[in-house]
Amino acid sequence: MMPETLSDIWVYLAASPLLALTITLVVYQGAQWLYGRAGRPALLNPVLISVVCLVAILAATGTPYQTYFEGAQFIHFLLGPATVALAIPLYRQFEKVRRSAVAVLASLLLGSMTAMGTALGIGWLMGLDQVSLVSLAPKSVTAPVAMGIAEKLGGLPSLTAVFVILTGILGGALGPALLDRMKIGDPAARGFALGTASHGIGTAQALQESEVAGAFSGLAMGLNALATAILLPLIWSFFG
Amino acid sequence: MLQALTAILLCQLAGETISAASGLPLPGPVIGMVILFAVLVIRKGVPRDIGVVGDALLANLSLLFVPAGVGIMQHAARLEDEAGAVVAALVGSALVTIAVTAFVMNRLGPGRGAGQSRSNEAESGGERG
Repeated sequence: MMPETLSDIWVYLAASPLLALTITLVVYQGAQWLYGRAGRPALLNPVLISVVCLVAILAATGTPYQTYFEGAQFIHFLLGPATVALAIPLYRQFEKVRRSAVAVLASLLLGSMTAMGTALGIGWLMGLDQVSLVSLAPKSVTAPVAMGIAEKLGGLPSLTAVFVILTGILGGALGPALLDRMKIGDPAARGFALGTASHGIGTAQALQESEVAGAFSGLAMGLNALATAILLPLIWSFFG
Repeated sequence: MLQALTAILLCQLAGETISAASGLPLPGPVIGMVILFAVLVIRKGVPRDIGVVGDALLANLSLLFVPAGVGIMQHAARLEDEAGAVVAALVGSALVTIAVTAFVMNRLGPGRGAGQSRSNEAESGGERG
């Protein structure tokens, strides 16, 4: 049957993945345009603006997240291949990475412990419950690993996913300004810090700065996933 | 183009299989990254098509996090109750982690002023053996 009225057309479109997919792409490109136009201020981070706009659109139209995700999952799926593709900048910059093996290991261990320790410490002081705390602790790690770790320790994986994205946005938005203020211009240090604290979103930011920063950031993201998966159960045993 | 995309997906598929079969705490795509890296090392270079596809994916990496980020709407109630603590922990932890990591890397890494090349060569010489 052909849809006859505007609301029939809406019902038809809202049920197909095309609408969610298209809206996500349109909103993101709008957010990128705004970000560039406004001179790249941290508060107008494109991921942040896109998420805010899309949540507002879904709330205004009464669309449940599950319906939206049926379309948006095609974008979400590409996270996997993109993670694999991080091997490319890593390979191109590997000579630099190999020469800094000692620095990489030291920064990884201290950075990873700091990420978990400060999240747990501040959250605990501010009175978060156990479930929120353990869902929060792996937030610096790339989403699929963080969710797996949280679940294993009794957290809520979908809540962890939200903390992971928020951490990514915060680190990607505030990190470069903080590093400028610390007068750290070395792309290896900048990239490694962004990737350790803010996984893929930090890496996306680092790739915008330079390929060296991107390579170190992607490396930090992978290594911190491993370090957190091993260390967090030990650290959590002091809290749990 | 198609071959390059297939190669990247094959790396991910192999990674997912290893992740599931071994019980390693690493997700499939991260293992897939290691596999692709090993392939590039063996081939001694990045095939042109793989470079094109990979760079296209990475140029739009931020976009790929948007769908998961919209999931925040599912946790509105819990986040409202704990907003202050969550924001303090996330902001505090992100800033301190970036500062500490960058500080250590800057002190020990490739960017540390004069005298670096000598000790770096010593390090890499040791590693080669």
